Amino acid sequence: MLHSQTSETSPPSDRRAAMALLAQAPRTLMAAGLEGIEEADGASDVRAPEIGLVMVRGRMGGGGRPFNLGEATVTRCTVRLPDGTIGVAHLLGRDRARARLAAICDALWQRVETREAIEARVLAPVREARAAEDATVRAETAATRVDFFTMVRGED
Amino acid sequence: MTAVTSAAFDGGFRQPVFDAQTTFRAIMDALARPGRRVICRPLATAPAPMSPLMAAVALTLVDPETPVWLDGALAASADVRGWFAFQTGAPMVDQPADAAFAFVVDPARMPPLSAFAQGTPEYPDRSTTLVVSAESVEDTGAVFTGPGIETSVLFDTRPAIPAFAEQWQANRALFPRGVDLLFVAADAIVGLPRSSRLRTG
Amino acid sequence: MYVAVKGGERAIENAHRLLADERRGDRTLPSITLEQIAGQLSLAVDRVMAEGSLFDRDLAALAVKQARGDLIEAIFLIRAYRTTLPRFGATHPIETAAMRVRRRISATFKDLPGGQLLGPTFDYTHRLLDPDLAGDPDLPAPALRPELPTAMPRVTDLLGNEGLIEADPAETGEPVGDLTREPLSFPADRDLRLQGLARGDEGYLLALAYSTQRGYGRTHPFVGEIRMGEVEVEIDVPELGFSVVIGRITVTECQMVNQFKGSAKAPPAFTRGYGLAFGHQERKAMSMALVDRSLRAGELGEDRTAPAQDEEFVLSHCDNVQSTGFVEHLKLPHYVDFQAELDLVRRMRTEVAEKREAAE
Repeated sequence: MLHSQTSETSPPSDRRAAMALLAQAPRTLMAAGLEGIEEADGASDVRAPEIGLVMVRGRMGGGGRPFNLGEATVTRCTVRLPDGTIGVAHLLGRDRARARLAAICDALWQRVETREAIEARVLAPVREARAAEDATVRAETAATRVDFFTMVRGED
Repeated sequence: MTAVTSAAFDGGFRQPVFDAQTTFRAIMDALARPGRRVICRPLATAPAPMSPLMAAVALTLVDPETPVWLDGALAASADVRGWFAFQTGAPMVDQPADAAFAFVVDPARMPPLSAFAQGTPEYPDRSTTLVVSAESVEDTGAVFTGPGIETSVLFDTRPAIPAFAEQWQANRALFPRGVDLLFVAADAIVGLPRSSRLRTG
Repeated sequence: MYVAVKGGERAIENAHRLLADERRGDRTLPSITLEQIAGQLSLAVDRVMAEGSLFDRDLAALAVKQARGDLIEAIFLIRAYRTTLPRFGATHPIETAAMRVRRRISATFKDLPGGQLLGPTFDYTHRLLDPDLAGDPDLPAPALRPELPTAMPRVTDLLGNEGLIEADPAETGEPVGDLTREPLSFPADRDLRLQGLARGDEGYLLALAYSTQRGYGRTHPFVGEIRMGEVEVEIDVPELGFSVVIGRITVTECQMVNQFKGSAKAPPAFTRGYGLAFGHQERKAMSMALVDRSLRAGELGEDRTAPAQDEEFVLSHCDNVQSTGFVEHLKLPHYVDFQAELDLVRRMRTEVAEKREAAE
């Protein structure tokens, strides 16, 4: 297995959630978050950041058989920390530096010693920013909801 | 899906574009000049029993859109399967007939060539390309003729594919359908495309 | 016939230099930025992403700038760019039911769960030019109505619960057709048709959609629902053994509800057409849904009489990069072909004249 010390303590569902947040984390936030973490500086590329495509699929009628909608650009990166932990990132877009930072964050998150730092410095701010953005979008959109009312008509 | 072992992450091309181009050139030359040893320095490594040059050929030819079949000796290694998953993203198939590429390290026990995808009359390219380990390649043995061969060429590989002469004649009879072979030695590739004829008698 | 002709190099070089100058426009004004294009001409960028078949706002904005606003040229640039990149794989199908909705309307149900959300729409504007926009007027911030997240089920799912509308076509486990990998052949399955329509030219699909409304293959449509907003994109990562979300994209979805008579076996139920496009592309999604429905004529036992019901006609001509390539190639030198025809016509004219003389 990858790393016996970490695999029991990090069920994939938690790591999935962390990776989903890292996919949206701004480059500057991750760069700042990694400052002072020694292992991050020692990370080496297993697969240097690489730009490619994924075919985005939709479903017929919204919920039916899949079809190919069109492609999206994606950048992927795999790094290894000095202790051997592997970090992986796949992000939409073409930002190589961001992909590498996300892969390092993913690797650090898997280690008991550094998870808390990644959680506090990177994941929590992204989670909050995203919640705030979604709340704003929801409020702006809700303000355009039509409140139907019926005019009283006819003679009486 | 299961997570891969740590051996999967090592051995990829250092310079993916240039290394793939170099290896591709050797594969192309091998298929253009059937039966000739084309020297190719391995630019990748993979877990045993994959040889470094076979690893480089895999990285050059295989991607998420090419289904791959591994022979028993390769499939038995979780490291090899993980290496393919990470390095190529290729889907693995159980049936040789579903494969775009097949990798064979134990030629003595491989399925008959007819078990692999043979292509269709409309799309003869939809056949399997077999990448087969060769411990040695000799300039003796069977005589081949055909496109890309000036007069004739002699070559033989060890370990041998069982009943290879009969199998190859049957494969040639399907033309334009049929499989293509790439024999991979330690530092050389020999191509045998379906267009090559085995001279008999 | 094509022959090599030399002598154009300098002319071509200078023409491209002139093009670059025209693109730049008045050099005393600042060059337009990609952020401005992506932010202020966002629907042009969305169209380039949809028809270029590549979701990447920055690249689409660059293409719009490089093409001087010629959107078909920009789409061409994007299609050319995408061929330079490796494809890592396919995503899980996006879940439009879980969309972060920014617009959602139904023309069939007034009171649907989640309500009618107009969002940033041109609808109900008066289509009067606004002279203030020639400058940079102060704008009020968007109105806010803070509320908790509300479930927004798709209208077709609401109707579907009563069996009044046909269900989504079930998964078959068949591989998903991809017209960027295998040449299109006919008859084409609905997965290939939808892919073709999703990257098809908006104007062409609009015209075909309109033709179905005017009687060329009537399908009697209602807009069941249009929704636009962000959906998560999720992929399987082979080396991890689980799937991950890699970000969000904006899409527009249109569910058309169409009339259909039942048969002896099946009670009457509404049929459907489906439209889905990258970005905020409402006209496109609606047109796509109308044409998708009309292309299902054969499947639904309807006579195929109109252009919009003919999949070969629709799909072979909906791609504006293909269309523009073949139409615009006519302006490239055809000197030799034409010379051959000219000779032929001259010879025939001479023969006719000789016959006439002989007869006299």
